[in-house]
Amino acid sequence: MANVLPFPSNMRIAKRVEQMAPSGIRAFFDLVLGMKDVISLGVGEPDFATPWHIREKAIHSLEKGYTSYTSNKGMPELRLEISKFLAERYKISYDFNEEILVTVGVSEGLDLAFRAILDPGDKVMVPDPSYVSYGPVVELTGGEVVRLKTDIKTGFKITPQSIEDCYCQGVKAMIINYPCNPTGTSYNKKELREIAKVIIKYDLILISDEVYDELTYDFDHTPFATLKGMKERTIYLNGFSKAYAMTGFRLGWAAGPADIIAGMTKIHQYTMLCASITAQIASTEALKNGFKDVAMMKREYLRRRNYMVGALNDIGLPCHMPQGAFYVFPSIKSTGMKSMDFAKDLLNKKKVALVPGSAFGQELDDFIRISYASSYDNLKEAVARIDEYLKESKHGKKTRR
Amino acid sequence: MDDILEILANDARVTPEEIAKMTRKKAGDIKKAIKDYENNGTIVKYKTIIDHEKIRGENSSFVRALIEVSITPQKDVGFDNVAERIYSFPEVTSCYLVSGAYDLLVMVEGRNIHTVSNFVASKLSSMEGVRRTSTHFLLKKYKEDGQILKKASHGKRLAISI
Repeated sequence: MANVLPFPSNMRIAKRVEQMAPSGIRAFFDLVLGMKDVISLGVGEPDFATPWHIREKAIHSLEKGYTSYTSNKGMPELRLEISKFLAERYKISYDFNEEILVTVGVSEGLDLAFRAILDPGDKVMVPDPSYVSYGPVVELTGGEVVRLKTDIKTGFKITPQSIEDCYCQGVKAMIINYPCNPTGTSYNKKELREIAKVIIKYDLILISDEVYDELTYDFDHTPFATLKGMKERTIYLNGFSKAYAMTGFRLGWAAGPADIIAGMTKIHQYTMLCASITAQIASTEALKNGFKDVAMMKREYLRRRNYMVGALNDIGLPCHMPQGAFYVFPSIKSTGMKSMDFAKDLLNKKKVALVPGSAFGQELDDFIRISYASSYDNLKEAVARIDEYLKESKHGKKTRR
Repeated sequence: MDDILEILANDARVTPEEIAKMTRKKAGDIKKAIKDYENNGTIVKYKTIIDHEKIRGENSSFVRALIEVSITPQKDVGFDNVAERIYSFPEVTSCYLVSGAYDLLVMVEGRNIHTVSNFVASKLSSMEGVRRTSTHFLLKKYKEDGQILKKASHGKRLAISI
């Protein structure tokens, strides 16, 4: 009797969940996780531990018994620090009470943003390639994804023309992520201004995921909301994971127009209640005293970026110079292999793990994502192994002929 | 500190070619800059940090002591002459002039507690200009030159993630 289900098995899972594309990458991830002694360039988080003064603050708060819920919106001290940070750093003012919401990572912020603004059938322009959750989160809310294609020729940048080409009736919003996971691409102020014009022209809401903002190397990061005409239509998402190496704390924030933040807060209070108090206390400390840590980590990532781009180009995997984040996105076209085959073969033969481009869309099958959030010794060893692999597989082709 | 010094201070094994890649400069320029630093004494020496507790065998044990030394400053040269006489002993591994209740903080290394005690008694405290010494034997080293000596635990991140 235990096997009798209360519903026919094909009706137990909601249709929109059933229809979500299964993640082909999962099986590959399991393969990597099941293997020992792998050098991984496939990790999407910093390799630094959270700076000690931040961890120490969290530990102290636990000792003192700070273990309760907080205000739904987040602790006022933290929201005030976020507001101060934005005013001092980027000269943009957000009211800490009405226009800022503390979320459980940027991931929750994304979900709340789409749920707050989308009605069933509303369309959202989602760049290709982009972070893997954007499309599925839009679809879960009943929205429709319109793919906004970017090209290696423009360094995977969204251009005003690409938006014009993609725009169609019913598009309500667009999402942008810069510096971008997986390409590392970012935009200077001039480029953002050009994009802003088209967004304003079509009267779109912009969701701007700027979680890698502190890891921008070649110019100053410009938040989209600081551009003329954009603050009132931008949901500005950011968090502590990347800048302060705090991924496990799961803390982010959303800043935006009061009506949208109120809408997001409504959902947040029913679905999440509030972010963890320990994480909020740690994040307040990060904003108050973490500036030096960010600068140190940024200097280190910058050197690794330069090293990796130089080394990968040297061994015959051409890649553009990414402006930010900690990823490079080289082309493997010269190998004639599909990205998943390449990743599996490299893993099996050389025990180096990376993420195949196909994880970010089938049309990115000529690319792989390499994360340089790894120690310099690891990067060096991994490059040497990839080099060996490339040479051996070339050799293999010749002998077959 | 410039890029080259920061990189080498953290890992002296990084080659000029690798530094060139990291900083997007020419390897020749990096080599020259390092040579200049070596010549003008900015880079003094390349060393390895060793956890002596890990070394087994007869000749591997060391005893270290921190010694507070109070001295009478001399006309014109202040503390420098006495400091030089002290730090010239090979037993002295570090020597600092400090503010506070004493003048020199001296680190001394020896085979065993007796060699260090003998050095303090026969060489250091009897030296002209030295008024008083206070010896603290080191019991355990936790961190040296910015390096925590206990091996860090690894593998907390998932091996792969988006």
